[in-house]
Amino acid sequence: MKRVLSMTALAMLLAACGETPQTLGAVRKDDSAYQGTGKGFAAAGWKQGDKAAWESQLKARAQQGQNDYGRMN
Amino acid sequence: MARMKFICDAERCIECNGCVTACKNEHEVPWGVNRRRVVTLNDGIPGERSISVACMHCSDAPCMAVCPVNCFYRTDEGVVLHDKDVCIGCGYCAYACPFGAPQFPSQGTFGVRGKMDKCTFCAGGPQANGSQAEFEKYGRNRLAEGKLPVCAEMCATKALIAGDGDVVADIFRNRVLKRGKGAEVWGWGTAYASKQAGQPGVSAPEGAKS
Repeated sequence: MKRVLSMTALAMLLAACGETPQTLGAVRKDDSAYQGTGKGFAAAGWKQGDKAAWESQLKARAQQGQNDYGRMN
Repeated sequence: MARMKFICDAERCIECNGCVTACKNEHEVPWGVNRRRVVTLNDGIPGERSISVACMHCSDAPCMAVCPVNCFYRTDEGVVLHDKDVCIGCGYCAYACPFGAPQFPSQGTFGVRGKMDKCTFCAGGPQANGSQAEFEKYGRNRLAEGKLPVCAEMCATKALIAGDGDVVADIFRNRVLKRGKGAEVWGWGTAYASKQAGQPGVSAPEGAKS
């Protein structure tokens, strides 16, 4: 009886040792968009992986596709 | 490059819901989830206006502040994204968001609230750019393809403009100057912190990213 009690007490004492840490991990960082997808669906006119080319591509696309005053007048 | 922003020009929006449809189609968004919606202001009253609303990718995003598991992150372009592997679907972000952007799919027998889904500015998620895993969880990554969000690119009247904050602000400013009215941009101040809704405007600190 004494042995069972001591085993139970030991098990209870050590129960917390199996706890996994619950601290928040750092959020996974995403790949930058300028790195591209490496696939053929990308818009033409810029080189995937070239940040400056990607930025100028998006600026040009915003102007051509959305600025109708610039396009028509 | 400044940060990515949306502008919805209420003078131009004709409530066609083309942006909503384009978004649903491009990202294969499930039933019951609308990453973008068209909202009518002063419905039925002369002078009513419609605007297209989705996640505005706020400068000081309240969803990021309240998330208990820290699943949100911001890209280099200022796009607010989240990691569905970390999200627990608690819904705090939905209460915090002033635009009602976070959506929760109701799937399964008991309509269990799933992981949060929202507009990604067509920038995908934390998985590899353009991968199948990214598409299934977040939709197409058009930014990594050198394209702009499909809602704005498909907008027939160009009411919805998206892209680099400086570029879209210039386009809108030019329009307002040409037509001489309609300078109000609904949600702009709330999202980009120059003015909170109902509060007097506060100018941005010097050197701050627009």
